[in-house]
Amino acid sequence: MAAPAIKARIPAQAKKGEVIEIKAQITHDMESGQRKHPDGTPIPRRIINKFVCTWNKDVVVSSDWHTAMSANPFVTIYALATESGKITLTYHDDNGEKYEHSADIVVS
Amino acid sequence: MVSQHKGGWSRRRVLAATGAGAAAAAMPRLAAATPQEADDMVKKLLGGAAAKEGKVQLRLKDIAESGAAEPVSVAVDSPMTAADHVKAIHVVAEGNPAPGVSSWFFTPRSGKAEIAFRMRLGKTQTVRAYAVMSDGSVWMAKQEIKVTIGGC
Repeated sequence: MAAPAIKARIPAQAKKGEVIEIKAQITHDMESGQRKHPDGTPIPRRIINKFVCTWNKDVVVSSDWHTAMSANPFVTIYALATESGKITLTYHDDNGEKYEHSADIVVS
Repeated sequence: MVSQHKGGWSRRRVLAATGAGAAAAAMPRLAAATPQEADDMVKKLLGGAAAKEGKVQLRLKDIAESGAAEPVSVAVDSPMTAADHVKAIHVVAEGNPAPGVSSWFFTPRSGKAEIAFRMRLGKTQTVRAYAVMSDGSVWMAKQEIKVTIGGC
């Protein structure tokens, strides 16, 4: 599998108290562990099992994912604009790797 | 009678077509979870709390375009203040090989308790969404979705 790439739509600015929408997609096979190679050997499970969104290190939304999440998972979440800073999306892979995407936001 | 062999269905073609269908029907199907297994999973997630129907809006199509990536969204009406907010949303599929889909955890910083994602569906089944409130009450919604091409 190619190295996962993250695409995210995070607004660059927001008004204080506004609820902003965050859309994000990561390229990932989300191998469920149910499939087999043509020779019958099972393909081991490898999915993203945890997804967390933080705003200046405060957790906004965290989630546990199971094998029923689609490949290349595409999610929409929301966050309350409180102060300017950095929004970070973190994906935790079954193999222990972490994939991160950050964007700066200005709150007026 | 001779013309049958030229334009229409020959004996050989009919046999080939029905043979292929029978082979497809005999393909091993993935073991699917039962509603009972989904109940056990929910019990683990909710710690035995009883869920009432309502408050949760579960949006998905009646008929899935593809079982591999079906859009789902869950929204719960809540002011999302420190005193009254949604703590968690759990999505469970009754007919997939594993019943768990995803669990989402919120804080007042989330702004609103709403999420959207794409899920896999193994066969025609009922999808459930549970919402755990900050006062401990649990609400749920469920919907049946028809799946013609499974994607598990």
